[in-house]
Amino acid sequence: MHPTEPKLVRAYGDREGDGMVQMSFVLPVPPSAKAREAARRFAQTHGLSEPLVTTMEEAAKGYTYFVVYGHSAHSVDISRLEVPEIQTTLLSRDELDERVATRLGRKIVVVGACTGSDAHTVGIDAVLNYKGYAGDKGLESYRSFEAHNLGAQVENAELTARARALRADAILVSQVVTQRNCHKENAAALVELIREQGWRDRILLLLGGPRIDHKLALELGFDAGFGPGTKPSDVANFIVQHLCGDETLSDKPTV
Amino acid sequence: MAKVPVDPKVVASCRELAGRIADDVQTFIDGHTTVGVERTTARAYGVDGVDDQGTPLVNLLVDRCHQQGLVGRGIAFFLGRALAAGARSINEAAERLAFGPDWTRYRSESGGANEALERHTREAIERIDAATKAREDKKAKFAAPRTPLKYVIVATGNIYDDATQAKAAAFAGADIVAVIRATAQSLLDFVPHGPTTEGYGGTFATQENFRIVRRAIDEASDEYGRYVYQTNYSSGLCMSEIAWMAAVERLDMLLNDAMYGILFRDINMCRTFVDQYVSRRIIARSGIVINTGEDNYLTTADAVEKAHTVLTSQFINEAFAKRAGLAEEQMGLGHAYEINPRIEDSFLLEIAQAQLIRQIFERHPIKWMPPTKHKTGDIFQSHVHDAMFNLVGVATGQSIELLGMFSEAIQNPLLMDRYLSLKSAQYVFNTARHLGDEISWKPGGIVETRARKVLDEAHELLAEVQRETIWSAIARGAFADVKRTREGGKGFVGVVPKAPDYVNPFLEALEKGRS
Repeated sequence: MHPTEPKLVRAYGDREGDGMVQMSFVLPVPPSAKAREAARRFAQTHGLSEPLVTTMEEAAKGYTYFVVYGHSAHSVDISRLEVPEIQTTLLSRDELDERVATRLGRKIVVVGACTGSDAHTVGIDAVLNYKGYAGDKGLESYRSFEAHNLGAQVENAELTARARALRADAILVSQVVTQRNCHKENAAALVELIREQGWRDRILLLLGGPRIDHKLALELGFDAGFGPGTKPSDVANFIVQHLCGDETLSDKPTV
Repeated sequence: MAKVPVDPKVVASCRELAGRIADDVQTFIDGHTTVGVERTTARAYGVDGVDDQGTPLVNLLVDRCHQQGLVGRGIAFFLGRALAAGARSINEAAERLAFGPDWTRYRSESGGANEALERHTREAIERIDAATKAREDKKAKFAAPRTPLKYVIVATGNIYDDATQAKAAAFAGADIVAVIRATAQSLLDFVPHGPTTEGYGGTFATQENFRIVRRAIDEASDEYGRYVYQTNYSSGLCMSEIAWMAAVERLDMLLNDAMYGILFRDINMCRTFVDQYVSRRIIARSGIVINTGEDNYLTTADAVEKAHTVLTSQFINEAFAKRAGLAEEQMGLGHAYEINPRIEDSFLLEIAQAQLIRQIFERHPIKWMPPTKHKTGDIFQSHVHDAMFNLVGVATGQSIELLGMFSEAIQNPLLMDRYLSLKSAQYVFNTARHLGDEISWKPGGIVETRARKVLDEAHELLAEVQRETIWSAIARGAFADVKRTREGGKGFVGVVPKAPDYVNPFLEALEKGRS
């Protein structure tokens, strides 16, 4: 391994390296000349040079809303970042069905749920239900999948019991509510439960939701994480290629 | 006025079909009670408090009754009997029953219950009426606000933070503040007690929390010279208990829907139908405005293909509400701006649907809900999306508008998010105030055609549902693509047939004058 060339990036406004950044925030003070100065200093402390307070308005009694522009002094060396990414070659629905038929010779059983107190099924429904999302059909529509959507507010114990009874190949967990990190605790508790029951190595665990990314999912003990903008076909590709032994995961830096 | 063609004969036929659908269910409702209804009755009579585990006395009381298989007789009967047997107050009667020996002696003796309850029944009704009068008096001090009323939510989890945020929202121009409930409270078969400071996704609805927010909002009304409305949720397994709490704590609006719990919370159908009826009897008496939840249909099903299911459900919700004594002025039927914004001319489809519903439900304070399903983390795009929604809201004369938040797909709204949302709505409402009066739609154009199609489809679906009954329509997924069975879902064990000698003078008093 030889050291990689550093590659520094700064925020781009309209000229290379100008570091232009816009930020908006509320300070718990009424608007005044002093409040404006406080906002300027606040931005400066965040590393913005020549901060320009472009808006100062009273958003509530004793609270002021600000918009500030400034030049960020900071840069990031992206050559040193290590971010695992899901890598799959995107195959069509027919290609996936074909691959499963020839390589596995059976359907892939998938169980999905919104766990804990989470009642927001939009994500799990989009991935599992026939209809899918934005024209990308859900796993129910694949010949190669047997998809079970357990819906909302499923307890971890119930989910694991159903998954075992159905002899599931993969469990999809959707976590939308994120207040005070309940999504992380809940998801981690599921992995722990499966480990205790001793079948972690026989199940593929996928986590999805607007605040989820692949890195976070790995940290929580899942096999993959799917964030906003995920299409059902992304999930289908990952599961099929993983179960069929194709290379899907990379821990190597991907820039 | 930018009206769309509405065939009054089709509308009349829709109402007639919805009436028959509701009548079929009403027969079931009249023959049944639930543990929720009985707890509500106990609360109305003044049973209050919790044990050292935090279990409400009403739950201890009614659970005890249910274990003995006596719920069909009505909790009021036993409270009345305990009073006749010497209990000095309602609460003492409840405690004797909840903690005392089995109820054989109360069962074997009959009579005296109604007489012993007479004064308490009167007081229970007077308590609701006094709160109603206090609300109307307070409202009368201020000028009536202009519609669309601007509705925002707060959801911190801590009731004291909610109170601060509610006042902040009022300052920024909100007419209505709703405190979002803690996630999954709808599935609790009891109402938590006292002030709460920990909740995921929102704050628990408790009677004390209602008082805390009412106080803050009243202060805001006085300070800013505008009446500010308080809203909470009468839904889930405790929908009727919460309706009662809201009635006596002077709330202005309640989310309350005849079918929402069945479809979106998997609460048993029988349970929901009985509970919604009793909750609405209380609501009718108290003058609270309900908000129905049809907007949710479009978050699970497609908003173009399934637009007519919203209208269908509105007719059904209206029919159920009428049978519980609600005035049309109390029916805030819900609908939403949820069509995929990438569809060409989707703005015109939204206008057509919003205008159609405005015209069909003329006197109803209909509630217009913002885009959520197609929102992303791009807050700037999201803000524009909401502005278009606001434009439809003002142009079609919606009564209540829940404002969209640019951070919809990201987090519960921050103080700043609400402020910017209110600022944008005020701008759009003001700048396009009379837009609807100035335009007329091209005959046979996109808007007119769409409105006609949605009404016709709703009419067709109502006819189907009427033929097969609502029970089987829900079972096959006619609404929101969700399928539920008659005996499935949560809370079915709490549904009990009424005995021939069922006693509930409180409900009877609410039903007086029922047509």
